[in-house]
Amino acid sequence: MIWQQVLDGIPKLGTAAAGVAVFFGLLLIVFFILGRIRGRLANPVAMLAFLGPAVILLIIGLVVPTFQTVYKSTFNASGKKFIGLQNYGWIFTTESNQQVLINTASWIVIAPLFSTVVGLVLALLLDRMRRESIPKSLIFMPMAISFVGASIIWGLVYAYRDPSQEQVGLLSQVVLWLGMEPPNWLLLQPWNNFLLMVIMIWIQTGFAMVVLSAAIKAIPSDVVEAATLDGATGWRLFSRVTIPMIRTTLIVVVTTIMIATLKIFDIVRVMTNGNFGTQIVANEMYSQAFVQFDVGRGSALAVILFLGVIPLVAYNIVQLRKERAVR
Amino acid sequence: MSVEAHEIVPMPAPADKGATIPQAVRRSLSSPWATALVIVLTILWTIPTFGLLVTSLRPSGPAVNSGWWTVFTDPELTLENYVEVLGGGDVMAGGILPYFFNSFAIAIPAAIFPLVIATMCAYALAWVPFRGATLLFFVIFALQIVPLQMALLPLLQMFNLGWSIGPVTVIPDLDLGGTYIPLWVAHTMFALPLAVFLLHNFMAQLPRDLIEAALVDGASHFTIFWRIILPLSVPAIASFAIFQFLWVWNDLLVALTFAGGTPDVAPITAYLANIVGSYGAKTHLITAGAFIAIIVPLIVFFALQRFFVRGLLAGSVKG
Repeated sequence: MIWQQVLDGIPKLGTAAAGVAVFFGLLLIVFFILGRIRGRLANPVAMLAFLGPAVILLIIGLVVPTFQTVYKSTFNASGKKFIGLQNYGWIFTTESNQQVLINTASWIVIAPLFSTVVGLVLALLLDRMRRESIPKSLIFMPMAISFVGASIIWGLVYAYRDPSQEQVGLLSQVVLWLGMEPPNWLLLQPWNNFLLMVIMIWIQTGFAMVVLSAAIKAIPSDVVEAATLDGATGWRLFSRVTIPMIRTTLIVVVTTIMIATLKIFDIVRVMTNGNFGTQIVANEMYSQAFVQFDVGRGSALAVILFLGVIPLVAYNIVQLRKERAVR
Repeated sequence: MSVEAHEIVPMPAPADKGATIPQAVRRSLSSPWATALVIVLTILWTIPTFGLLVTSLRPSGPAVNSGWWTVFTDPELTLENYVEVLGGGDVMAGGILPYFFNSFAIAIPAAIFPLVIATMCAYALAWVPFRGATLLFFVIFALQIVPLQMALLPLLQMFNLGWSIGPVTVIPDLDLGGTYIPLWVAHTMFALPLAVFLLHNFMAQLPRDLIEAALVDGASHFTIFWRIILPLSVPAIASFAIFQFLWVWNDLLVALTFAGGTPDVAPITAYLANIVGSYGAKTHLITAGAFIAIIVPLIVFFALQRFFVRGLLAGSVKG
């Protein structure tokens, strides 16, 4: 049975290999022909051949769709009738959507904050341990797991059964062991939002830890020595020397996790599909666009995400450039 | 020649270990309490995944009706769930393997295409002098700002119906539904801004003499690219390729939008998201499926952690 499935799967890898072969084949042909051109035209031709594919793909894939989405957000469900800013009105005035916006806002504050704080604590603690690589790998591991996989993993933790029955969810069992009665976790508004955020925190803490740990290791020793000679110890050293020295990295970590959080969609989709007061903008956008087939509203929600991401990415870019300029 | 994480992200080079650590902080925190806290956090972080693994190895009865921790008192394990999920049995008709293969068939080309195209673009931006190179570089870099969601609807329409401006057909309806091509193309498009940015930074640091000498010898830019640039850029390309492979493997949004849920093209993440809804009670099978889906990234992660960290640090700003 399994072998039959494996045999059936091999042609798919063949398709992929063929795709790659065609791609390189085309590339070689183009390079071979254009490579023969010499003289004054050589540079412009080379430029076109090298830049062309990327520029065309970016225009078709990102630039044009961005304008199209903004344009479509002013149309009704079928995309045929112009309705001005009504879709945006719908987003900001409907009660259920206000809940969505509040949820999204709390996601982008809470998830990055907790991931970064725990990541920073771990980075500081691990810096002093002998065998730092094992805990580091294990805490970093969730980063390699898909949001779908993570949601299934945490679905097991949050599983609910009537307290009189044998429990299957770890969290419920722990609460029972502590002598309390477990609630139906994912229905428990508004706390269920936080339980979903825990999954994001679980994934992103490792990222924060790895980046911050590298930044801490890079603090020049003379700075620390000078501070120590001046009598700085413990908390003072940490707050006056360590934190200012890794400030830029800290900001980049927070904003990076914020951007990821704003666009997160898989966790909510798999865990609750936005029910029980857990909906967020990214999943609502998917539901409107691809489940309800309301092109206008889906586009408007995508624009909201876009507007939310812009200041974060812009800030990140400015920080990156500043850091680069310093070095 | 290799690209270090700090060359592509704002991270100062790690100096000598030990000498750099704030000694006083170290003393105050290197207590048994600190070690205990790390151990507790590590266990907390690992338990959920461990629970998944254990559940997937338990027979259907116990797995569905009791917590996975009871395995310590009732140690009964089986591989039957994996046989059912992989081969497809009475419950999971068809099984997970078609999707597993789809994931590879999507992720491998979707990691190669954007990297090659980005390498070419980055080379031109870095080494073919032309007016507006800096501006173009900055525009491409700034495109990272566009979230995936902005591009989904128009792209889907383009793949399904073609694309025309008024009466002029720019891209005809190519009837690509049910193939991997929309997925490859979409992932390639979305990966480009970051890939161009990172590879450009790497390439700009290659020795100028090498390329100028080749130009003086009469080599065309194409020859230089194949013979010099590509081989020298392998470390940077490899780091980012691993990141991009995992990114595509773990993606759900692009997969759901462009592949639907058919066993012909849909990847493993789409299948998992689907069975969670429809087989909610079959915990033992869902966990086995989930473990099959995460085992590939985990192997890549543990085998290539160094490269993965580099790619990830670099790719963490991905739009």
